[in-house]
Amino acid sequence: MSVASIGKYEFEPLDKVENFHGNQLTYFNWEQHLLFCAPVCLPLPPEMPFAALVQEVLPGVYNKHPDFQKINWDEVTWTLDQADFTPDMGKSLADNGLGHKSLLRFWTPGLDGIKGSHS
Amino acid sequence: MSGKRKSKLGIKQRYSMLTRGLGWDTTYQDMDKVFPYDNYEGIIIHDWDGWEDPFRLTMDAYWKFQSEKEKKLYAVIDSFAQNNGHLGITDARYVNALKLFLTGVSPLEYQAARGFTHVGRQFRGVGPRVACQMQAIDELRHVQTQIHSMSHYNKYFDGLHSAPHMHDRVWYLSVPKSFFDDARTAGPFEFLTSISFAFEYVLTNLLFVPFMSGAAFNGDMATVTFGFSAQSDEARHMTLGLEVIKFMLEQDERNIPIVQRWMDKWFWRGTRMLALVAMMMDYMLPKRVMSWREAWDIYFTEAGGALFADLARYGIKPPKYADIATKEAEHISHQAWHIFYNYTHAAAFHTWVPEKDELDWLSEKYPNTFDKYYRPRLEYLDKEEKAGRRFYNDTLPMLCQVCQIPMGFTDMDDPTTISFEVSEYNGDKYHTCSLGCRDIFDYEPAKYVQAWLPVHQIYQGNCGGAEVPDVLKWYNFNLGADNLEYNGSPDQKLWDEWQAHRKKA
Repeated sequence: MSVASIGKYEFEPLDKVENFHGNQLTYFNWEQHLLFCAPVCLPLPPEMPFAALVQEVLPGVYNKHPDFQKINWDEVTWTLDQADFTPDMGKSLADNGLGHKSLLRFWTPGLDGIKGSHS
Repeated sequence: MSGKRKSKLGIKQRYSMLTRGLGWDTTYQDMDKVFPYDNYEGIIIHDWDGWEDPFRLTMDAYWKFQSEKEKKLYAVIDSFAQNNGHLGITDARYVNALKLFLTGVSPLEYQAARGFTHVGRQFRGVGPRVACQMQAIDELRHVQTQIHSMSHYNKYFDGLHSAPHMHDRVWYLSVPKSFFDDARTAGPFEFLTSISFAFEYVLTNLLFVPFMSGAAFNGDMATVTFGFSAQSDEARHMTLGLEVIKFMLEQDERNIPIVQRWMDKWFWRGTRMLALVAMMMDYMLPKRVMSWREAWDIYFTEAGGALFADLARYGIKPPKYADIATKEAEHISHQAWHIFYNYTHAAAFHTWVPEKDELDWLSEKYPNTFDKYYRPRLEYLDKEEKAGRRFYNDTLPMLCQVCQIPMGFTDMDDPTTISFEVSEYNGDKYHTCSLGCRDIFDYEPAKYVQAWLPVHQIYQGNCGGAEVPDVLKWYNFNLGADNLEYNGSPDQKLWDEWQAHRKKA
């Protein structure tokens, strides 16, 4: 539905990818670990290898959680933009299909947070 | 001229002369050109005189009432300051509720003044114009008296020094700010539905009453007195809210679906903003009034239920997703407080883990959920804090495109899983936290793609710099005083010193 207005109603979106200096926004959520209250948002270069995301980016976000060191990354399951997804660690984020404002969720089987509370 | 003058007009006649008698139909310009805003939203009005003003208040009487209230209020404010009223509050943690109110709510009073001034000009009917003009002045009075009531605390406590500056910049204050920006950029009838009806009528008891009774329970006489002083104004505003709805619904049945959609939208936006009040009630008041769950049951389920039963004769249904909002009452305060606990290094107020008796109170008030989902986490955070490892979340959160709250709310049927919704518009993705927010986006995507989302703005480089301390300076925070954990804060230190002196004396 278009906006009811007194004239032409066309404005630029504020978060176009070109506003982020060569990066694209990526959202992550570590499922069933709500010690981190919400998914996080990071501007990342689309050419970054997926392996760097796992080895360098995610520890900076999540390593305060006692479960983080226990993650067996071979068992982790992922969704990308709500569809099942198997990342190719050697390929870039873009070649793995991550676009601007993509949402990456991951589940770590066997780890259920602080005292099993999913926190 | 007979020479004989009637000395006094009757009340009805006087009201008519001083309201309706002030308007006229323009002749050398088309009325549609003089009032271009009151018909583009699709609301059809056949007879502007169908507007009823139950208060029949005229401007001269208005000034007289208001000045009497001001005299009383300022006498109390002066005596509160002279008698060091801040020493009588229950605990310095309480002041954090005032910080949230002054930075989050008081600037909305000013936004409301601007909104009502605008629509007061734009309605061609004199009845609603006069009502809106009076409300505009009320709102200006409220922002002033709130600042004056709370200014005393600013002499002693941190985080109260830059409310308007912070309101325009700080990440969580974009939640209330964007709510009002959305309302003020809508047409005049939607503005009245959002602010006068959804906010002032349906949800006000969940905003105003908790803050004011919270103040009374916690010994804050300045704020209580302000609350009393505003009460008769609020009663008038509520009446305006109900009147505008009835007016639209009675004028033309084609108005009904438009009004229903606005009610659905603004109910949902309102409940999202009330998450801030929910956490205030359950976590920030050292002496609790009632739980958020109880407040919701009384003020929305019961009182709101009666209201919507009354509106059913016009063909109006209860707001869409009211059932989800009612389920949320069980979780929302805990989830909202956890968001602020995560990011309190970037907030202008303190957070903390409740003390043991306070946790027990929450267990008792939320028997089905608190011990299962929230207590273990809070006890863990407490342990970490006491061991010198106070937990902060170092990465900026994903925000909802519509309500702008970090995406910390869960699926209410699955309270350990975050709720995600997404829409596509012109090739870009837009994420929302709930079906309610997604519906709002999907109906007017061209509006919400312009949202100034604080996290994205920081990453674009528009908020003072790339590092968090740069951003906090841009917010005008005194680092190490306004922000961070309550335990160990300058506020706590000062309060403890006062208590020690009191014991000695």
